[in-house]
Amino acid sequence: MIDERLHIKGEMDSRLEVTDAPRLKQDGQTPFFKALKKNLFDGPKNTLLTLLTALFSGLVLYQVVQFAVTNSWDVVYIHLRLLMIGQYPLEELWRLWFALYYASLMIGGTWGLFKGAGKAVALTFGSVFLAFAIIPWTTLNTTLNLVACLLLMAGGYLLGSRFSVLKIPALVLWALYFPLTLGLIMGFGGLLDPVLSRYWGGWLLTVILASVAIIGCFPLGILLALGRRSELPVVRYFCIAYIELVRGTPLIMVLFIGQLLIPLFLGGQTGMDNVTRAMIAYVFFAAAYLAEDVRGGLQSIPGGQYEAAQALGLNKIKTTFFIILPQALKAVIPAMVGLFITILKDTSLVAIIGLSDFLGTARRISNNPEYLGRYLELYVFVAVFYFIFCYLMAYVSRYLERSLSKGSR
Amino acid sequence: MQTQNKKVSTPIWRNKKVVPVILQAVFVLLVGIVFWILIQNTLTGLERIGIRFGFDFLNARSGFNINEAMIAYSTSDPYYRALLVGIVSTLRVSFFGIILATVIGVGVGVAKMSDNWLLSKVASIYIDVFRNTPLLLQIFILNFAVFLPLPRIQEAVSFGPFYLSNRGAVIPWARVHDATALWLLLLLVFMAAALFLFKYLMRLEMEGGQHRYPFLSALGLLVLLSGLTYLLVGRGPLEPTIPSHTGAAVAGGLSLTTPFLSVLLALTIFTSTYIAEIVRGGVQAVPKGQVEATKALGFKSRTAMRLVIFPQAIRIIIPQMTSQYLNLIKNSSLAMAVGYQEIVGVGNTVINQSGRTLEVIAIMIAVYLFFSLTTSLFMNYFNKKFQLVER
Repeated sequence: MIDERLHIKGEMDSRLEVTDAPRLKQDGQTPFFKALKKNLFDGPKNTLLTLLTALFSGLVLYQVVQFAVTNSWDVVYIHLRLLMIGQYPLEELWRLWFALYYASLMIGGTWGLFKGAGKAVALTFGSVFLAFAIIPWTTLNTTLNLVACLLLMAGGYLLGSRFSVLKIPALVLWALYFPLTLGLIMGFGGLLDPVLSRYWGGWLLTVILASVAIIGCFPLGILLALGRRSELPVVRYFCIAYIELVRGTPLIMVLFIGQLLIPLFLGGQTGMDNVTRAMIAYVFFAAAYLAEDVRGGLQSIPGGQYEAAQALGLNKIKTTFFIILPQALKAVIPAMVGLFITILKDTSLVAIIGLSDFLGTARRISNNPEYLGRYLELYVFVAVFYFIFCYLMAYVSRYLERSLSKGSR
Repeated sequence: MQTQNKKVSTPIWRNKKVVPVILQAVFVLLVGIVFWILIQNTLTGLERIGIRFGFDFLNARSGFNINEAMIAYSTSDPYYRALLVGIVSTLRVSFFGIILATVIGVGVGVAKMSDNWLLSKVASIYIDVFRNTPLLLQIFILNFAVFLPLPRIQEAVSFGPFYLSNRGAVIPWARVHDATALWLLLLLVFMAAALFLFKYLMRLEMEGGQHRYPFLSALGLLVLLSGLTYLLVGRGPLEPTIPSHTGAAVAGGLSLTTPFLSVLLALTIFTSTYIAEIVRGGVQAVPKGQVEATKALGFKSRTAMRLVIFPQAIRIIIPQMTSQYLNLIKNSSLAMAVGYQEIVGVGNTVINQSGRTLEVIAIMIAVYLFFSLTTSLFMNYFNKKFQLVER
C-alpha cells in the first residue's frame, strides 16, 4: 500500500532539501548569536513561532514570579512543621533526625563511591536541607540539625571518594537503612516506646507510605512475574487474573478495599490502624504493576542464558534466582524507577480516605477558616516538593538508562 | 551393573509428569485455604452486622441527590439508577478527557520535537512540571485555587461567548432538534458516497499515474451534497446555542460545573504529558534511514511525515496510547475528591447509605473491568489494522 503510493507523482518534490547542512554566513557575528539565529529566527515561520512562544512563556513566567514575590506565604511557614511531620511528638524528633543523619551520610558516601547520578541526588538533598536551614521560620534546633546533615553529607563524600573499599559496606548500610529507621520510629517491637502511626503526617507519612509500597511490592511483584511465566497453567492463570484485575482497577478503589474490606476479611475486630491498611493496599496494588515491568525484563533475557545455566547443571530455582532475575531486574531499572515516581505521586490519594499525608495536611490547613481562600500558596508549596523529588527520580532514571545501555553495547 | 541401571526408574521428585501436577495441587490447596479463611471471616463478620450478601438492595430507594446527573434521576430512584448515573458521568468525563488529551498531547509532542529551541524547551517544561506533580494535587489546584475564587455568576467574566464564574463555565454548544436524525442518516449516506468516490479516483490515479485529486473531489462531493440538503431542509444538523448573560444567570449554551471542569482539565493536562512523550518516542523510534531515504527520494518533509514516518510511528504509538486512555478512565475516579459524582463517588455514597460494602465494590470492579476490556478490544482492532504485515 505504502509502496504503491510512493509512485504518485504529486507527492514527489524534485528539489532536494538539505536542511541539516550548516549555514556558513561570515558576517562577524559571535557564534552564540549565530546559533540563536539558526535555531530561532530561521525564516519567517520560525520567527513567528519563536515570538509567539516567547510572548506566551513570558506571560506565564511573569505571573509565576509575581505570585511568588507578592505572596506573603505565611500560611505555609506557620504550618511548616505540620506540613513536614504532621502531629509527630516533638520529644521523639531525635529518631527522625537520626534517620536524616543516616541518609545524609549515605547519600554523600554514595556520591563519593559511585559518582554518576549520586551527585544529582546529593546536590538536590543538600539544596533542600540548605534551603530549610537558612529560611528564618525554622527553629534554631532544626537549623543546627540540618547543618549537621550537610556536614555529614560532605563527610560521607570525602570518605567515599578516598576509600573505595567501602562500596560493599555502603550497599549493606543502604539495605539496612529502611528497616533500621522504620524500626526506630516503631520502637523495634518494644525496645523503645513506639511512635504510633496516627501521629505520622505530612511529608513524613508520604515518604513512609511510598517507601513501604516500593520495598514491599518487590517480593510479591517478582513472584507474580515469575508466576505469570510459569509452565504450570494453574499458577500462570492465577497470576494473570490477579495482575489484570488489579491493573484494571483504579487505585482509589484498591484503597477503599483496603480500608473497608480488610477488617471484614480478617474477622472484624483487628487492631489494624488505617495507615497499615493503606500500606497493605499500596503493596498489593504496586506489586501488579511491578510484575508487569519485571515480566518485560524476563522476556528480554535470551534463551541461551537458560540453556547455559542448564548446561552448568543449575536447577530451576538456582537458574531463576542467580542467572535470570539479576539480569532481568537490571534491564528494567528505568521502568521500575518510573513506577516508583508513580507510587510517590499516588500516595497523595490517601488524602481522599482521610489520612493526613502531605497533600491531606495541606487540604486540612486550607479548610481552617482563618486561612480561607489561601489554597494556592499551600498547594504550590506541596507541588514544588513533589516536583523536586519526582524530577530527581526521573533524572536518575534517565541517567541509569543511558549508563546501562552504554554497558551493554 | 548396566542392567541394574535400567531398572532404576525416575524418582518421583524428578518425574516431569508427576511433579507439575503435585505442585499445582499444592498451589490450589494453599490459595483455596487462604480464600476459605477470608470468606469464612467475611461471612461471620457480615452475620454479626446482620447483613446477608446479595444484590437485591439495588432496587431499594436511594434517597440521596446527585449533582450532575446526565440521565434523569431523583432521590426516589433506586440504587442501581444512582450507580448508572455514576457510570454515565465517568464515561462523560473520560470521553472528553481522551479527546482533549490526545489533541494537546500530540501538539506538545510535536512541539517538543520542533527545531525551534524555545518551543521545544517550553514543551519539555510543560511535560516535566505536570508529569512530576500528583494528579490529585492538580485537581485540587484547579478546583479550589483557580475556579472557586472566580467571581459569582452574577459578575461572570466573559471571553467572547465563553462565561466563567465560580460555578464553572458556560460555553457555546450545539443542540439536537427534530431534523437531526434525518441529517445524521443523510450524512452517513453522503460519507459513503464520498468514500466510494475517493477509492475510485485513487485507483484510477494509481493505475493511470495522472492527477485525479481523489481527496479534494471526495470532500467537494460531501460539501456539495450537504449544502444541497441544507437548502432543502432549511436548518443545519445541529442548532447552535450561544450563552448570554441575563444579569442573574447565564442562559443558553452548555453549562460545565466547577468540579467537572477541574477534573476534565486536570485529566487532560496530566495525560497529555504522557501522550506527548509517547508520540515523541514513537516518531523517534522510526529508523533514521527511513528519514534519509525520504530525503534521497526528494520528499517534502510534510509528505514524508504523512506517508513514511507516521504510518510506522503509529504502530509503536497505539498500544501505549491505549494504556494511557485506560489510565485516564481509571484516574477519573479521583473526581470524587472534589465532588464530581462519577462511579466511585456514587458507589462510596451507596456504601455509606446501604452498608453493602462488598456488593458495591464488586459492582465497581466489574464496571472498570468492562471499561478496560472494551477499550483494549477496540484498540486491538486498530492495532491489527496498522500492524506491520511481514512477508
